[in-house]
Amino acid sequence: MMERTAAVESRPASGSSQPAIELRRLRRDFGERTALGGISARLEPGESLAVLGPNGSGKSTLLRILAGLLRPSGGEISVLGCALPKEAHRLRGRVGYLGHAPLLYRDLSPRENLGLAAALHRLDPAASDSRIEMLLDAVGMSARGDDRVAELSAGMKQRIDICRAVLHEPDLLLLDEPDAHLDSEARVLVEPLVGPGNGRTRVVVSHDRESATAGAEVVLELR
Amino acid sequence: MSPFSALLRKDLRVELRTLRSLPAMALFAVSAFVIFRFGLDREQLDGELAAGVLVPTLLFAALLAINRLFVAEREEGGFDLIRLAPIDRPVLFAAKASALVIYLVVLELIAVPIFALFFLDSASGLLPFALILLLANIGLAATGTVISTIATMSSARDLLAPLILLPLLIPLVIAAAGAGEHLLAAGGPDYGRFGTWLALLGLYDLVFLLVGYATFDYLLED
Amino acid sequence: MANALRSITLRRLAVATVLVLGAGFALAFFYAPEDADQGFIQKIFYLHVPLATAALLGWIVAAIWAIQHLRTGDPKYDARSYVSIHISVIFGLAVLLTGAIWAKGSWGVWWEWKEPTLVSFLIVFLLYATYYPLRYAIEDRERQARYSSVFAITAGAFVPLNFLAVRLAEPLIHPRTFSSTGGLPDSMLFAFVVCLAGMALLWTTLVWFELDAKSASGNLSKIRRALEATA
Repeated sequence: MMERTAAVESRPASGSSQPAIELRRLRRDFGERTALGGISARLEPGESLAVLGPNGSGKSTLLRILAGLLRPSGGEISVLGCALPKEAHRLRGRVGYLGHAPLLYRDLSPRENLGLAAALHRLDPAASDSRIEMLLDAVGMSARGDDRVAELSAGMKQRIDICRAVLHEPDLLLLDEPDAHLDSEARVLVEPLVGPGNGRTRVVVSHDRESATAGAEVVLELR
Repeated sequence: MSPFSALLRKDLRVELRTLRSLPAMALFAVSAFVIFRFGLDREQLDGELAAGVLVPTLLFAALLAINRLFVAEREEGGFDLIRLAPIDRPVLFAAKASALVIYLVVLELIAVPIFALFFLDSASGLLPFALILLLANIGLAATGTVISTIATMSSARDLLAPLILLPLLIPLVIAAAGAGEHLLAAGGPDYGRFGTWLALLGLYDLVFLLVGYATFDYLLED
Repeated sequence: MANALRSITLRRLAVATVLVLGAGFALAFFYAPEDADQGFIQKIFYLHVPLATAALLGWIVAAIWAIQHLRTGDPKYDARSYVSIHISVIFGLAVLLTGAIWAKGSWGVWWEWKEPTLVSFLIVFLLYATYYPLRYAIEDRERQARYSSVFAITAGAFVPLNFLAVRLAEPLIHPRTFSSTGGLPDSMLFAFVVCLAGMALLWTTLVWFELDAKSASGNLSKIRRALEATA
């Protein structure tokens, strides 16, 4: 049985404030197969964590666990002060999750999808309407805001999904390959929304070692 | 807008745009009526035969909608969007069940008049029968939503839902057909056991709405 | 140590089952009088109804284990729920078979729609039979267990509703029924109660036995895996 170990490189912990994420020997099994074995890491608020590793090393699994979408098999996990899996319900609505596939209904328009997301997060309708417009404009999708998502390209869907992930101004961003399908222009557009800095606490899963480690204070390498 | 309304509106909007379920249900029902006409070799139905054709047909048409209840969620990659949101899981149950009731009512508004046109002498029993159907729809929606959720996450999803649902829905068939037998009788509606059937339907609805509401949390985990 | 104790209890339970059930059948055959209307074939009643009662109670028990499983997440409750349903389904099959034999013997037909208990049983049996395809269709073990528990609770709620519905479906003229225990003379009632107790014991013994066997094979595969890991 192969142990999935991780190499962690980070700055020494500041100690005083409560970490945004704290993992101790996090484990996740799928039946007989161990997807994640004994991962430990710590992320302070305002910092970025880059998760690197080859395909199948469990990066997306880790992200889903941090989002409260998947239950860990063992270890201690604390995200934004919530102990998972017991307090997973307290985490709802505080995390901005960008998964592998966009969480968009293909028969609705971007505006309708974002309106739904706003309602699900119980955002004030007037405020969220203007925020939706602001976000669509920021990623350059205002003009196509009323077309069915099914008619949009992968890059466009990605941009809308990014809007959806940051719509409710979450305390933590969990991004699975945020630059996927994006050309260099689009990457520049989304940078202010999901990029490092601005006090944003982020976990970024990426294949691109350079860009991921560039803005990251902590790097987690899965095998 | 509340999360419940947003979810319900989303479902209705998607259905209106894609028309995945409703036309198929209506067409299925009408074709089934024609099949029964030839299968039974009857041009006129009343009483127990009328109920015996109408109720099962509506039931099987409902199975079509139940199978498609979570298609959009499946395409969209699962229930992540709802699970990430700060809402109670049973809100999804309420929204999906309400959508299903609406589809069934629309189906019946189309299929029942056509049935009356094809087979019935008098339509006077139809209004009280509509009440019976409404209560049956609620029970169907409650059980259908729970089983559809289970089936959606399994590998045999198209087969599993009808398989499990058919026995589960038999009490509804008993009540609806039992009431229909009297309401659609040849000599005009007879309210013989109307109260009994209403009570049975009401009890069924209550029990399974409760079961659905209470267990939905566990269905949406992981 | 606990396992050794459990098998002593299991053995005692098995012995008690054989004794009580044996006594029940003896009473049914030799002590209870023959039924005036139906004759000797009526004695299947002492088999058929206790089987049915045990099966139904078993399904309700399974629903209770299922609730415990959802509340605690402990897989042992799922195992109990699964085995309870499993044994009850086997009992249910026996109920349908003995019911058919009884109908043939009493009224010359292999099936009787006017027997509400038999019909209700058929429906409930059909429902629980779908438990197996349901379990096999879900690969993820945790989800499989959770969904099965939801099913067990839904089906458990369904059982009384279904019996009520089928009973209401019968016309108000007196239905052909052979399952009622009302109006039985004392000797028959006594034999019946002993058989009922025997069946309940049989059900419990079988469930316990299968749970034991399952946990033994579970431990075996755990040991095997641990050995492979260290190899």
